[in-house]
Amino acid sequence: MFEAVLLTVITAATPLLIAAVGELVVERSGVLNLGVEGMMIMGAVVGFAVANQTGSGALGVVAAIAAGMAMSVLFGFLVLSLVANQVATGLALTILGVGFSGLIGEAFIGVPGLKIPSLYIPGLSDIPFIGPVFFQQDAIVYLGFALVAGVAYTLFRTRIGLVLRAVGDNHASAHALGYSVIKVRFMAVLFGGACAGLAGAYMSLAYTPQWVENMTAGRGWIALALVVFSSWLPLRVVAGAYLFGAVSVLNLHAQAHEMLNIPSQLLSSLPYLATILVLVLISANRRLTLVNTPACLGKPFVPDR
Amino acid sequence: MKSLLKATVAAFALVAAGSAASAADVKACFIYVGPVGDFGWSYQHDQGRLAVEAEFGDKVETAYLESVPEGPDAERAIERFAREGCNIIFTTSFGYMNQTIKVAKKFPDVKFEHATGYKTADNVATYNSKFHQGRYIIGQIAAKQSKTGVAGYIASFPIPEVVAGINAFLLGAQSVNPDFKLKVVWVNTWFDPGKEADAAKALVDQGADIITQHTDSTAPLQVAQERGVHGFGQASDMINFAKDAQYTAIIDDWAPYYVERVQEVLDGTWKSESTWDGLAEGHVVMAPYTNLPEDVAEMAEATEAKIKGGWEPFTGPITKQDGSVAAETGVPLDDGAILGMNWYVQGVDDQLPQ
Amino acid sequence: MRLELVKRKERSHKMAMLSPIIAIGLTALAAAIIFAVSGHNPLEGLYKFFVEPLTQQWSLQATIAKATPLVLIGCGLAVCYLSNNWNIGAEGQFIVGALFGSALPILLPDFESGATLPLMLVFGALGGALWALIPAVLKNWFNTNEILTSLMLVYVASLMLDYLVRGPWRDPDGYNFPESRMFSDAATMPDVFGGTMSLSTPITIVIALILAVVLAKTLKGFEIRVMGESPRAGSFAGFSAKRLTLFSFALAGGLAGLAGTMEVSGGLNQLLPTISPGYGFTAIIVAFLGRLNPIGIIIAGFVLALSYIGGEGVQSAMGVSNKIASVIQGLLLFFVLACDTLILYRIRLVSHHAPAGETSHV
Repeated sequence: MFEAVLLTVITAATPLLIAAVGELVVERSGVLNLGVEGMMIMGAVVGFAVANQTGSGALGVVAAIAAGMAMSVLFGFLVLSLVANQVATGLALTILGVGFSGLIGEAFIGVPGLKIPSLYIPGLSDIPFIGPVFFQQDAIVYLGFALVAGVAYTLFRTRIGLVLRAVGDNHASAHALGYSVIKVRFMAVLFGGACAGLAGAYMSLAYTPQWVENMTAGRGWIALALVVFSSWLPLRVVAGAYLFGAVSVLNLHAQAHEMLNIPSQLLSSLPYLATILVLVLISANRRLTLVNTPACLGKPFVPDR
Repeated sequence: MKSLLKATVAAFALVAAGSAASAADVKACFIYVGPVGDFGWSYQHDQGRLAVEAEFGDKVETAYLESVPEGPDAERAIERFAREGCNIIFTTSFGYMNQTIKVAKKFPDVKFEHATGYKTADNVATYNSKFHQGRYIIGQIAAKQSKTGVAGYIASFPIPEVVAGINAFLLGAQSVNPDFKLKVVWVNTWFDPGKEADAAKALVDQGADIITQHTDSTAPLQVAQERGVHGFGQASDMINFAKDAQYTAIIDDWAPYYVERVQEVLDGTWKSESTWDGLAEGHVVMAPYTNLPEDVAEMAEATEAKIKGGWEPFTGPITKQDGSVAAETGVPLDDGAILGMNWYVQGVDDQLPQ
Repeated sequence: MRLELVKRKERSHKMAMLSPIIAIGLTALAAAIIFAVSGHNPLEGLYKFFVEPLTQQWSLQATIAKATPLVLIGCGLAVCYLSNNWNIGAEGQFIVGALFGSALPILLPDFESGATLPLMLVFGALGGALWALIPAVLKNWFNTNEILTSLMLVYVASLMLDYLVRGPWRDPDGYNFPESRMFSDAATMPDVFGGTMSLSTPITIVIALILAVVLAKTLKGFEIRVMGESPRAGSFAGFSAKRLTLFSFALAGGLAGLAGTMEVSGGLNQLLPTISPGYGFTAIIVAFLGRLNPIGIIIAGFVLALSYIGGEGVQSAMGVSNKIASVIQGLLLFFVLACDTLILYRIRLVSHHAPAGETSHV
């Protein structure tokens, strides 16, 4: 029973985790991209379409990542090259992505999808409890964890990470030190797009292997909330994604178990209320947030010359 | 620059003049609440529209607006169709009811058809289908096929139609196995594949080996396929998504009704009526019974034939959850009681949200 | 070759006038290409999309009716954004406002007097303001990011509406269907100017004009702009960022709530499980399209409403997918944002002689 719940939570948390860790890197560089939902849904449709046409899930995933990156290039060009307002551009990206994905996806409605196979490691996968939970997931789940570990390491243990954080914390001095703020931010935005695309691919190729309009159903926004929830620390993104996944899955279990008799609307709003509560708890700790919040988040940078 | 402007204006004028003319005798228009790509409710209505086009060819022109939100936008969309020369307008969601009535008052010569509502007028007819008939059949199948004796039901919103569906399912199941258990999960959405999938998983984890749904996506069936349990398609035949898991599907087939009503407009015999038809009239269709032993498929076919012959699944004895009697033995519930159902039958393992 | 931005000495007034026109031109071009690619006559598409709604009285009225809530919400949001308060939860404030406003005709259906409607409007504004104050208070006291809290509260608000309409506020004579009772005539927004528009429209325009004056000519307007551009400078001038956060959220929420009440008492006359086709989100676009200026927002609201009406037009007449309309809206916003760069910057193409130190790192 517990094992089964955990398995459901892992699938629910994975797309959130991947999209959030990408956005975390973007925000660490000082850019706020509210277009996660739009990039994610484009990843979902392109990933599905390519997997369906080529018969290869792997190619689908690659294409989804490329689609997310293409969307992020659009965003990057506007906010970095043309210094457009980040909030508005991000919203525009979401509107465009939702519309455009629907247009592309019209040909794929009612077409059964391709599910990325779960990995099976002889020996390890057969261990009771541990096997199914840790060693029988699909590749994207592991990729998600690898991403978090990689991002955590890169951000705090490498030079690239140092530069990225410097750019996000004080773009003027980073620029004075000779770093190209715009270039660093563009790379970060691209990475965010790639992650959102991958998260979308997980939706349409693993979570619910099919294409339907609006299938991401607001998960891109949740990913954005998770970044703040994590106070910009990658490992906390994991905690947040799993907490959110657990709250939404347990709501369904509670109903099926007939434990509670409260309005189902209240249960459905629990994940959102929980997110607000946790945001409050985390951000109320001023010392902690101030250390980690990228000081230049959302502020445009134009090199003077 | 000036001549370019002139040319553009001239071109626009030409286009505007050209699009006004139309050769068809009747224009039939449809308003959908979801995208035609939902592969569920709106998709099936659009299949009905396509059937009208196929049936009448050049004689009938059709048009549709998809994803029209209920509320002021709906009123505008309906009015647009009325002004654009539509002779009959189908508004296919409950939430369009008052807007349909409102616009119909302004356009007495246009015929309006509102799906699932209860308000009519001289030029407003209503139509709906007896989906609960199909649910009784799948309830029987569920009870026959289940090893655990527990089914999971993914429900959208506690409106009478959904509640009646749950009751019909359980009555069908109890006719086979009086101790059959039903777990209900309310997801508060008509359509969210991820959430529906999670609900299906939760139900399987709690012992259900039959999953059924009153939500529109194929996700629960995909979960059933993956977990090696079984389920039923909703609104359209979803066998392509669950080759081994789908026993059958309750298909909404609006085509016969749409063709019939458009024909009546062509003939000038259209009248305002309240149509509530089911299996017998072909408005509710059961997909082929698959993945089933022969005797179970035969039982399902027999029940289907009995319902087509006029038998009402909501025929007593029916006991409500609180123990009171809803219908005496042999007495069917009247249409009003079914259309406004807000109580569970005995045996539902859930409290009805009030 | 690469792009380089050179800051202008001052705002270019010429570009401020030209940029929306360039943006609309580019959008039209892109739209024509989309129509052509999807196998439709691009000229017919453009005509139906941008021109036809203006040629008929009813579609013009429909456009104005659709623009009204967008403008009202957009004006409030502009004050938030000008003062650096990122309220993106207007959709929730709209819904809660509608709930507060509807409480009177639903719970006291027999209370029919001249005071009914004014009271409803006051309640509506109050409800929206209270809902908006939640993220503002959280921001002030706990330093919580208001973008996310205001957004999360949208979901909570729509579930609240859902609960009420399906539960306690369900129409007792409605066969258990999810809808409230219909409002009485006293609780209905009247039409004015010979029935051509709802009273909501003139109310909205008056509010927008007042806000325009407040922003341009008063100390409060000065405070809002200064605090937005440089909170430090503002605090030297004795302005309080916290108080302004409360003020701008309450104002934006109040206007969104008012819009919500006017919408349910005008068009719907009852509560339904969904009462907004995303007005609160679209209004964010309107606010930016209108450059956070109430007069600009009136125009932007009209243009965006036009794109909805036009989008329906092409859909019904040409069978074009409704997704095309949202793609065109997204593109319009992109082009406007991109072209606005021209107001503050000149764009220069430079050939590849990057200054030393520019490319060597990272």
